[in-house]
Amino acid sequence: MDAPDGRRDLPPIILLVVYSFNDSRRNIVWRGFTFKYYEKAWNTESLIEAFVNSLAIAVVNTAVATILGVLVAIALWRFRFPGKAAYEGFMMLPIVIPEICMGVAMMAFFARVGWPTGLPWPLTLSNIMIAHIAFSFPFVAVTVRGRLVGFNRELEDASKDLGASEWQTMRYIVLPYLRPGIIAGALIAFTLSLDDFVITFFTAGPNSVTLPVKIFSMVRFSVTPEVNAASTVLIVITVIATVLAMRFQSPSRRAGGEEG
Amino acid sequence: MAEGQPIIRIREVTKRFGQTVTAVDDVSLDIREGEFFALLGPSGCGKTTLLRMIAGFETPSEGQILIDGQDMSKVPPNRRPINMVFQSYAVFPHMTVADNVGYGLKVTNVPKAEIRERAEEALELVKLGGLGGRKPDQLSGGQRQRVALARALVKRPKVLLLDEPLSALDAKLREAMQLELVRLQHAVGITFVIVTHDQNEALSMANRVAVMEHGRVRQLAPPSELYEFPNCRFVADFIGKMNLFEGRVAGISGEEVLVEVKGLGRFSLPGEGEASGEVGIAVRPEKVRLRREKPDEDMVAVHGKVSEVAYYGGSSFVYVTDETGRTISVNLQNEARTAEPGVTIGDELWCAWKPRDSLLLST
Repeated sequence: MDAPDGRRDLPPIILLVVYSFNDSRRNIVWRGFTFKYYEKAWNTESLIEAFVNSLAIAVVNTAVATILGVLVAIALWRFRFPGKAAYEGFMMLPIVIPEICMGVAMMAFFARVGWPTGLPWPLTLSNIMIAHIAFSFPFVAVTVRGRLVGFNRELEDASKDLGASEWQTMRYIVLPYLRPGIIAGALIAFTLSLDDFVITFFTAGPNSVTLPVKIFSMVRFSVTPEVNAASTVLIVITVIATVLAMRFQSPSRRAGGEEG
Repeated sequence: MAEGQPIIRIREVTKRFGQTVTAVDDVSLDIREGEFFALLGPSGCGKTTLLRMIAGFETPSEGQILIDGQDMSKVPPNRRPINMVFQSYAVFPHMTVADNVGYGLKVTNVPKAEIRERAEEALELVKLGGLGGRKPDQLSGGQRQRVALARALVKRPKVLLLDEPLSALDAKLREAMQLELVRLQHAVGITFVIVTHDQNEALSMANRVAVMEHGRVRQLAPPSELYEFPNCRFVADFIGKMNLFEGRVAGISGEEVLVEVKGLGRFSLPGEGEASGEVGIAVRPEKVRLRREKPDEDMVAVHGKVSEVAYYGGSSFVYVTDETGRTISVNLQNEARTAEPGVTIGDELWCAWKPRDSLLLST
């Protein structure tokens, strides 16, 4: 094992990953390779709990935000209705509004409606989920909308001309065409939710801590190797999700010309 | 093939977009069973709108379309007994060729085994047998078009609509495809309705052609009639090349109309008795002869100077400008291999034709 001793000039992300394997309490000197802090992090119940919360929120958020985003994108593409332009602009607000404002607004909202606390898990997380869905579905909608711009309307006409109903056309023609856009949008929703701090911080109840919030609270004392380990796990999940999404996006990459 | 029964009846159909645009203006015509019918016209003449109304993608503002005796006004496109080949071919990019062809059968719940059989059959018909496993991006433009054809024909429609099917192909392939479409139409015996802006396509493929302008049908006739007997200046000018002269009626005797054209003198030509006042006199370039000497009195003749010669291989166009500045185009067949067409720019000569080869156009 090469000791990257004192290699402070490494990129921060690499440094963070490297020091999660460092057999030292302090992140200054390289003292040898260890999985110790992963074990430690794994055994820190509050950290695992926060991690599970984060995953649950991210999964639910991805599912709901993707469906909502796709529906909105298709509605805006397919139909004309009064106030369409206004609605389109309004829907994009969560993308441009500063997160801090959104967080405060969400907090005020949940306080005003008196969102119940003390529900069983995972309902304890429902307010965070709602907040995440609200700010991430426009990203899905924008991504899918972008894909729809290139859609050849004659494909839709051709499908109907061949006897397909509106639903069959959606199911067999439009949705498969949108697939790369949907996957990309879902990935954005997933990562936005998984690493969101600001909005989560304002909407999280006392018993619903997510991984970013937990890491923040741990860092307030010092950057411990457990934090590095937890952060590395977060990075790995995001990278895996990205790789999977990229593989899903290229279904036609299979070798061509089977029949010469 | 039983031609004659109308399969599509278009009755007083008008299509307006908004307040100001009338894309199709009071069109009535019948398309007969088994015929190869062409809608021909310049872009914006309403031919595609008419086709889309037949397919059901647009609804007529007024009038009625009947297919096989049935009123189509309440029938959506997916329930009409017709299929269409789109201008962009609209081959589904995420499906294999076989899935593309089988799609129309799948969505109407045809059993899987039958789909495979009929799809393979349709691919054979368009000479794509064995390519069922390919993806559209592995096909050439011409092959994609054949997929679109197979996909429509596999549904066994009563009418096949083709929207500018050849416009995206290069010249050589376009010619081959014209013959191919005619062969296909004979093989399947289905009525074909083609929309095109290319007069050569319409003339070479169709049994009958409707020439459209500004949303109206100007003339509906077989190709040869359209070419030799256009009924108005627009059709005369749109179909092939035409020399047009402005003249006036000087008298009528029986079947003959006596006309007077400045620079050409007076001559009689066949025409209806109702012609009067200002008329157009038209003559095709290939009907005009070039003479060094003044022709006989029974020919229409005009003296001029050769202003341009355009060589096209099989034939040449000679452009002669007369004293009044009119240019008359003359088409000469290059029958011998040497030194055709034998005239050079600046030559002074006579353009002459038989009076009955020219045409009287009152509108």
